[in-house]
Amino acid sequence: MNSYIPLLLLFLFGMILAGAFLALSHLLGPRRKSKDKNASYECGLEPSGNPHDRFSVKFYLVAMLFILFDVEVVFLYPWAVQFKEAIQSGMGSFFFSEMILFMVILFVGLLYVYGRKAIEWE
Amino acid sequence: MSENLVEPMQLNIGPAHPATHGALRFHVDLDGETIKKSRTEIGYLHRAFEKHSEISTWSQIIPYTDRLNYCSSLMNNVGYCKAVEELLQIQIPERAIFIRVIVSELARIMDHLICVGTAAVDLGALTNFWYFFNVREQIYDFTEKLCGARLTTNYTRIGGVMRDLSPGFQDGIKKVLKDLDKAIAQVVGLLERNRIFMDRTQGVGTISKEDAIAYGFTGPCLRATGVPHDLRRAQPYYHYDEFDFEIPVGTMGDAYDRLMVRVEEMRQSSKIVEQALSRIPDGPIISSDARIALPPKEKVYGSIEGLMNHFMLLTDGIKPPKGQVYSATEAANGELGFYIISDGGARPYRIHCRPPCFPIASAFDKMVENSMIADAVAILGGLNIVVGELDR
Amino acid sequence: MEKIVSYLVGHCEKLQHLPEDFIYLALQVVAGLLVLMLFVAPFAGIISFVERRIAARVMDRVGPNRVGPQGIFQWLADGVKSLLKEDIIPAQADSVLFRLAPYLVFVGMFAAFVVVPFSSGLIVADLNIGIFYLIAVTSIVVVGIMMSGWASNNKYSLLGGMRSAAQIVSYEIPAGLSILAVVILSGSLSIQSIIKAQGAYPWQWFLFQNPLMPIAFISLFIASLAEGNRTPFDIPEAESELVSGYSTEYSGMRFVFFYFEEWANLYLIAAVSTALFLGGWNLPSAVVSWAQTKGDVLLHLLQFLTFFIKAMVMVFIIIQLRWTLPRVRVDQLMALCWKYLTPIGFVVSLGWQLGWLYFLRECLWSVM
Repeated sequence: MNSYIPLLLLFLFGMILAGAFLALSHLLGPRRKSKDKNASYECGLEPSGNPHDRFSVKFYLVAMLFILFDVEVVFLYPWAVQFKEAIQSGMGSFFFSEMILFMVILFVGLLYVYGRKAIEWE
Repeated sequence: MSENLVEPMQLNIGPAHPATHGALRFHVDLDGETIKKSRTEIGYLHRAFEKHSEISTWSQIIPYTDRLNYCSSLMNNVGYCKAVEELLQIQIPERAIFIRVIVSELARIMDHLICVGTAAVDLGALTNFWYFFNVREQIYDFTEKLCGARLTTNYTRIGGVMRDLSPGFQDGIKKVLKDLDKAIAQVVGLLERNRIFMDRTQGVGTISKEDAIAYGFTGPCLRATGVPHDLRRAQPYYHYDEFDFEIPVGTMGDAYDRLMVRVEEMRQSSKIVEQALSRIPDGPIISSDARIALPPKEKVYGSIEGLMNHFMLLTDGIKPPKGQVYSATEAANGELGFYIISDGGARPYRIHCRPPCFPIASAFDKMVENSMIADAVAILGGLNIVVGELDR
Repeated sequence: MEKIVSYLVGHCEKLQHLPEDFIYLALQVVAGLLVLMLFVAPFAGIISFVERRIAARVMDRVGPNRVGPQGIFQWLADGVKSLLKEDIIPAQADSVLFRLAPYLVFVGMFAAFVVVPFSSGLIVADLNIGIFYLIAVTSIVVVGIMMSGWASNNKYSLLGGMRSAAQIVSYEIPAGLSILAVVILSGSLSIQSIIKAQGAYPWQWFLFQNPLMPIAFISLFIASLAEGNRTPFDIPEAESELVSGYSTEYSGMRFVFFYFEEWANLYLIAAVSTALFLGGWNLPSAVVSWAQTKGDVLLHLLQFLTFFIKAMVMVFIIIQLRWTLPRVRVDQLMALCWKYLTPIGFVVSLGWQLGWLYFLRECLWSVM
């Protein structure tokens, strides 16, 4: 667990460093606000409509699929780490058949997703 | 389902957008990233060219034509002067004709270089642009030698051209054409069989022959649909019927064809320039008619007649007979027409310019419907809408 | 690391009172900061200059050559310039999120460098889940990008952020599957052990371990290009479509952070490919033993150079790709991921297992 404490500290230092740069830029840079400068850019026109209105997100399904598949891939990792040892200890076939079953199910799932055209952007 | 629940997102593409290459605005309704409806709004670059012409003398209009299609201003000069000469019913010297052919074809090459180059940039391939721009730079150097200006050439005069080709032009142009061949080979090598490029442009912005004709398409955009219509062949002018060149046509009428037709046209133009260079005769470069062309400077300073002639032309101007004329040339984007009505005065009664872009831009809304933002950019790049001539 | 700790404890009286863990911890933090300050930040700057020069070469032009000899200080000038620029926050923007987003991007990218090795000893923290940590931490960047897109209250930014999220999220799967093939081979998630499982010579690299590995390598390469928003997958910031994508509204230093991320990512992609497939810092054993007689410093220097040169070759390939290819469309991008790379990833990891179990196992273990 020890090696994670420096990580946290480094995250913190990263934040501080970024903040320091921004503070420096804040001190050095000019600050001249104007209505037009602070307006949102939309090709030189008044923005039409509010970007925060509801709008159709086409890849919503893709995001859902990502969660599904990514979790499955995460499951594969611990198995992959143990696989070499398992083979050495003669458990290879068992290990392999377990995972092949899992992956085949996953792959069928992927095929089903294609079939339902869930990953078409349209 | 989404139609009922979600309002389409409104988005302005333009007037100040990197893809519009000028002040042009598309107001689009987006469903996700799909363009459901597009409304083209033009006029951001309106300079009142036509109205302005009515208070200018016939010669004063020539520099305004530079600003029409600023990528190939030489051709606009040629197109306008040809129209006025038809109104005057005069013949211009042979050498001037050949010079006009050479500069027109070079201008066509320049225009296509920009169009294909920037279309590739819009698709994310910046390198092609530079390969083309190095050649374009050389052609600009040539125009600079020719008339002192690079972009706003103001080169032709009613009755001929302003200045003769610079000494050693033969070798200069031949070198440019050689470099052009190399650049085309490089760019075609990068794009023609490039999977990503093909995916991005093939089948995108397709328009059928019938629709293209109905919209009034001309030029490369029409030829990309498979119609071999080219004014240089259909209504030959300036000995174009004597030159040996082909009219490249596409098959699908999509963005890919439009770009590839342009690339091939550059090769053909290069052929025409070579033929014109070998056939160019010696002789005067401007009509000797004292009512139309300015006398040479020696006469102006050396004789009272010359001075009077100069004075009259500049104060009173050319006075074409009463009448009207429509004259069209094949410009880089298609048929560039000038419809001119003269009341016999020193200024035109009315000039209407038919910019090739206008019908093409009017079809844009239909072409982008149900395609994605990225497609709209690819289509726009291939159409080569030059706002200068669209808005006039 | 241990050696340095014992050296410090042995030579510095005051340190002897402190627990060794504490020194170790402090050293790691210092090392991390050094990596960030001395390597990542200048590297991101220098590579921005290098990329511009290479791009200029590719495009038959000169490129920046005014600041310093051959323009090598261009990146510094750019950095200082951005420091002096006004930090504009649009009136309509969600101020808090808008300010926070660049931090996330910066920290996410920096944190990824913690597990990037430089030599057998030079690594900030050799986590036992190294490669896994890398995948996790780089995802923080997506949050930052998404946040900037949303907070800008600008439609181009929003679309850019959405595109970026969809893209990075999707390509995580083929990347994960390709890495899986490496993990099966090495039996470890620690990047250092993965490198140690390979050798100095190309035939010892994981890339050439079996016919499926080059496929895994290429699909990882493509996926990491997409995750790094590099051409041909730079659609989130496609300037001709979305003006500047998620960073449209940003200016000054905050804008630089997004570009810092991009260029640091360039090295990260290259370093990960090098570590996982190209043998990392491994040197031939003869060289290692020779270097050890001259001292550890030389050894680590040689290892670092080996690693760095391999990584730079990858960086150059990526830069070359950027200036050669057009960008794909967003739906084609998705199709590439879900229709080609993901199935290929499955086949590669499955195929490797098959090969391992039924064909290679016997030969391999009989040899060993």
